Amino acid sequence: MWAVLWKDVLLELRTKERLASFFVLAVLIVLVFVFALGPEQAENPEIGAALLWVGLLFAGMLSLQRTFLIEQERGCLSGLLLCPIDPSELFLAKLLGNICFLSIVEALVVPITILFFGLPISWSLLALPVVLLLGIIGFSALGTLFSAIAVRTRAREVIFPLLLLPLLIPLLLAAVQITTAILIGEDWTGIWLRVLVAFDVIFVVAGWLLFPQVVYE
Amino acid sequence: MQCMKEHRLLFVKHMNSWVVEAENLHKTFAWTPVLRGVSCTISAGEAVGIFGPNGAGKTTFLRVLATLLKPSSGTLTLFERPAQETAVRRRLGFLGHDSFLYPDLTPIENLTFYAKAYQLENPGPRIDSVLAQVGLQDWAKTPLRTFSRGMEQRLALARALLHEPDLLLLDEPYTGLDQDAVKLLQTILMQAKGAGKTIVFATHDFELGLALCSRAVIFKRGQLVWQSPTPPVSVSEFSKLYTDVTQHSALSTQH
Repeated sequence: MWAVLWKDVLLELRTKERLASFFVLAVLIVLVFVFALGPEQAENPEIGAALLWVGLLFAGMLSLQRTFLIEQERGCLSGLLLCPIDPSELFLAKLLGNICFLSIVEALVVPITILFFGLPISWSLLALPVVLLLGIIGFSALGTLFSAIAVRTRAREVIFPLLLLPLLIPLLLAAVQITTAILIGEDWTGIWLRVLVAFDVIFVVAGWLLFPQVVYE
Repeated sequence: MQCMKEHRLLFVKHMNSWVVEAENLHKTFAWTPVLRGVSCTISAGEAVGIFGPNGAGKTTFLRVLATLLKPSSGTLTLFERPAQETAVRRRLGFLGHDSFLYPDLTPIENLTFYAKAYQLENPGPRIDSVLAQVGLQDWAKTPLRTFSRGMEQRLALARALLHEPDLLLLDEPYTGLDQDAVKLLQTILMQAKGAGKTIVFATHDFELGLALCSRAVIFKRGQLVWQSPTPPVSVSEFSKLYTDVTQHSALSTQH
């Protein structure tokens, strides 16, 4: 498992394809929203939270889609499957890699978003990394699984968001509600946090169980 | 005396042990049968050459043996264990049409990754050794993307040999190689055969294939239609036989 993670990190350090494209796209989406909305609307925490997550999910999809695309060139996925690695461990390695990459970019994009949207800065923002991490875990689990499914299809660029977006709705709902509560300074540890945690648990376990069935031709 | 007898028995058992036991293997892709009831056994130390026209099922059969494809029906046992077991894959080496190598990494990085994936202890000397074996020691730190097709194929062979597999599966290994690389590959495969490794390979090159194999088999339309325990002596004789067999549907076995 660690070998696959080491290789993915090494490849990313060499090419910087995923981090760079995710970062640039996320910032561009935020900028488009800043220009599309008036300053008053943008400063509304509810709108700010929604746009933050929409931006992250759309830009993140580009990064997640590449999870198994990098294994397509030269048939490397077959090389991975030849190794004495349990396919479930392969899923966990890819998931961990995605969580790392998305976390790095979000750490850069979220402060930029808060700054551009003029969102209120307070001590309650310290809770934001927890929500972001929980959101990233569920998003990555689902994205990793669907990337493995989509990569074998001809219309993978279309199939991937078609599979992913409908199932992300509960995560998006929960993450936006919690982020809004944090930005307003309200209690954020209610039902939506439980929804987010449940989403993470369900899709990490589902991915771990289903991946061996998905990855073989 | 008793001890010697036991050793001899163990040796005989090892010599007769099956590396591959395939029984009635079928593989279907989107309702198209690609393998149609292939049965064969391959014992330790054998070099089996698979010949056959395009679309005969050679690649699919090798990918099934490599556990990359699950047969639609039939049973496959490798090293007397179910083929699905993760531990079985540690003993397999596969060289296919693709190199399974990452173009943005160097040969050292690619082989280090596979060494880690196969959990090799102290992989450094082994990596240096296989790179030298395939003649790429001077290119160890050059990104793979700059390699020619032949150089990449040599590195792919190094990848397949890295973990010293007991069963080496090669799908058209001579394709795209220049004369020097073909000679090098043939030498390496002969050494592996001499070291008692089991080799199963598919090729269209009768001369090289017959020089390497200890048994030739012919596939046609997803079936193993002809096999011989020892290959015919001359390429011309095999060529004639190949034409006869692939143009007639009757199954035959020469013993």
